[in-house]
Parts: sequence; C-alpha cells; structure tokens
Amino acid sequence: MIEVVAPGPLATVQDLGRPGHAGIGVGVSGAADRGALRLANRLVGNPEGAAGIETTFGGLVLRPERDVTVAVTGADGPITVDGRAEPVNTVLRVRAGALLRLGTPARGLRGYVAVRGGIAVEPVLGSRATDVLSGLGPPRLAAGTRLPVGPAPREFPVIDQAPVRARDGQLVLDVVPGPRADWFTDYALAALLGAEFEVSAEIDRVGMRLDGPELTRCRDDELPSEGMALGSLQVPPSGRPTLFLADHPVTGGYPVIAVLLAAEVDRAAQARPGQRIRFRRTER
Amino acid sequence: MSGPRVLRCADSGLLVELDDLPAVQALHAALRADTPPGVVDLVPAARTLLLALDPERADPDAVERAVREARPGERGGGEGGLLRVPVVYDGADLAAVAELTGLTERDVVREHTGSTWTVAFGGFAPGFGYLTGGSPKLAVPRRGESRTRVPAGAVGLAGEFSGVYPRESPGGWQLIGRTDLEVWRTDREPPALLRPGVRVRFEEVS
Repeated sequence: MIEVVAPGPLATVQDLGRPGHAGIGVGVSGAADRGALRLANRLVGNPEGAAGIETTFGGLVLRPERDVTVAVTGADGPITVDGRAEPVNTVLRVRAGALLRLGTPARGLRGYVAVRGGIAVEPVLGSRATDVLSGLGPPRLAAGTRLPVGPAPREFPVIDQAPVRARDGQLVLDVVPGPRADWFTDYALAALLGAEFEVSAEIDRVGMRLDGPELTRCRDDELPSEGMALGSLQVPPSGRPTLFLADHPVTGGYPVIAVLLAAEVDRAAQARPGQRIRFRRTER
Repeated sequence: MSGPRVLRCADSGLLVELDDLPAVQALHAALRADTPPGVVDLVPAARTLLLALDPERADPDAVERAVREARPGERGGGEGGLLRVPVVYDGADLAAVAELTGLTERDVVREHTGSTWTVAFGGFAPGFGYLTGGSPKLAVPRRGESRTRVPAGAVGLAGEFSGVYPRESPGGWQLIGRTDLEVWRTDREPPALLRPGVRVRFEEVS
C-alpha cells in the first residue's frame, strides 16, 4: 500500500484509458500526457499501460508502507525523498515510511508517478483511470487514501535515467484543419493559424479554453451532435475555442475547426494557464 | 454517388457523414462486425459515425477504403434484443408535453408506450441512450432551462428522442415519468442496458 499524505490541487489514478465503449457514452480517459505515463512505467519495468498517479501542479506527498521503486515524469519540478532532492525521469528507491514529495513544477503542469507493480485499484470497464467528466474509475485522491500496489513485473528497470528534452515557454502545436473547418470564415482560419492564443484559467482534464481572436463562423445553423476526436478544437458560439483533452465528451454539438496531431495532445496537456500557444498547419 | 463524405480528424479520427440515422446504424453495425485494423472506437451519432483511430496502428487511407467498401445490411438496429422498461408516468413536465403536442396526458402515455423504440447512439453520460423510432407526435423541444438535478431513472423526451437518465445529473429534457430499472451498473456485464441496436418497449406501471 501507498498512502497519499497530500494530493495537491488534483491527483488521480490514470492508465491508458478505456477505449471501445463510446457507443454507451463512455470516453477513453486515461493519462492526459500519455507519453509521460508510458515513460514512467518503462523506467520502473512496468508494462506501458500500468496505472500510475497523475498530479496537477505538484503538491503530491506519498508514503509507501513498504520499500518501492518509483519514477516521476512529465512536469519538471522539485522532487524530494525524505527531504533529499532527486531528479525527474530517473529510477528512485523509496524506503517504507519515507516521504516522496513532488513540489510545484517550474515547467509543465502534470506529473506522473509510476510505481513498480502499478497502482492496483479495482478496474472499471477494463481501466483504472479516473474520468472526471463521467465519474468512472476511482475517486480523486485525498489525504489518507491508501493505494494498493500490484505484484512486480518480470522485467527489471534497464536504465537509471531517461533523457527528456526540456520544455520551454513557447508552445507551437501542429494541427490539421478539422471536419467542420468549412463552417468558419476565412478570417477565423487565418486567425487560428496566425495569431497567438493564451491558455485561460479554465483548464481541466476535459479540456482547456483558449483566449485569443474570436473565431467567427460563416454559418449559424445547428450542428447535430457528432463524435469528437481527441485533440479537437471545438468552437462554441462565443468564438473561444476549447481544446479537448483526455476526459473530453464522447460527442459534441459545436463545430471543430481543427484537430491536433495525436502526438501534440501530450504537449498541450502540459500547458499552464497564461502560457502562449501558436498553431501551425501541417498536412501530417 | 461516390459514397459517404469522409472527413479527417488529424491522425486520430475519421468522421463519416451519412444521409440519415438508419444509414448510421447500418454502417455502425457493419463496422462493429468487421472493424478495420487500428480503429479503437466507433461513435455513432444522429448523422455521423466517428471512427477513433490509434495513430500508431491505423492507416487512415486504408480505413477510409474499408469504410467505402463496407456493405451495411438493410437495417443496423434490431440485433440488440428487446428491453421492457416499466415506467410510472408522473413526470414534472407531463402537462407541458401534453400542451406542446396538443395531446392529453393520457394520450402522451399511450403514444410513448405504443411503439417500439430503438437505441440509436449513446453520449451525454455513460449509459445514456438516445432512443428513436417512437411516435412522431411526441417531438418536443428541450426545456428552456436545464434542471441542475434530474434523478436517476427519469424518463424524458427531447426532439425526436426519448431517454432514461442513468444516474442523477443535470439535464434539459422534458420529464414524463420514472423507472426503477437500473439502466447503468458498472458491476454488471454489459454495464449499459441501452446499447445501440437495443429495442425498447415502455410499459406503464402504477
């Protein structure tokens, strides 16, 4: 067992989600930065899809009840084990009763803690992920939550440290014009690809609202609800786009002007309120 | 005709536009039975079917070809069995629905129980099914203002659809009754009783 001493602003259990249930209104969910969770799991010798802990803005404090091997990836911030500073993207040993503490990140938003053996809470529809939109999966972590750890896998950690390119403040994300790009004015498309947007304070695992030029439509009829792909930039009548992340709704009724390449969604999920974003058109 | 319009959602989806709901249901059934490699989820809606792709495994061109070559059957619905849903018709909006439709409250109940509905697609919440194929006399707009709290089991109408709220949630549908049937339970397999293709008969209980 691992005890959550403090969860920080938001900490949840995440794996790679529960695909295949959209027909009954259940989205995929899973880690917002899937690449970071996968890396954390690889570092401790877990299968890539094992469940770990996703933090938001750090603040997480954990105390294992037995010796564990862990790795912290994603947002880059101070980590301590019983007060001793440790780096991100490395294999760490944490003794029984010691405190593993993730501070406020200097760069990025979401951190991932993989524990060798994986977090072994009861799966729901084949996944241990917490979906904050649909309420499926384990509740968000609270002080005092005790998390079971699964049996160690046969594989062992093969490296001590993973090289990860540092993130800087500028975020340029590759997008492809979306299925409803023709619902927007030429001005809106030019603005999307030419202007700078700012990540607003309205961000969560469902999506992030962006501030910038108003993306105006050239038609105002009602769009019948349709399936939404991960990374869609959906534009409500306000003209302010919402970028859909892991817990996005399965369907939506507003047109999608552009969609991020899948690999860019991980980077978008690390954007912080106030950070500036540019979108670059790609033909994939 | 060059077949349906297929719209790309970067490397993670293909949105197929179809003529009507039966066409969506038919293609959904065909692709569920024979799913192209790399397609991880199918999202049917009123006029579209989204194929969610695993960008590392799916070749969007090959998936698009598979969509165009799919041979949907005559009808997509109907293979999901028949579900009987017992309803107490005492919903808060029953009188409003009667007024909107020009029917009496008894007629509303008779129309709602008088035909077989089919789950067309899910969405909104886990276990929520959009039921179609009921009496066209019951088409009503959503409520002007959404309720912040609709209880689990509430039976409602909106547009051409009927539905059952799987758990307590906000909601803007016109509520005509309630059922004790638990349409959504994660400890049951399958967790949703209202899956695309399932046919539904509402039955009045007092």
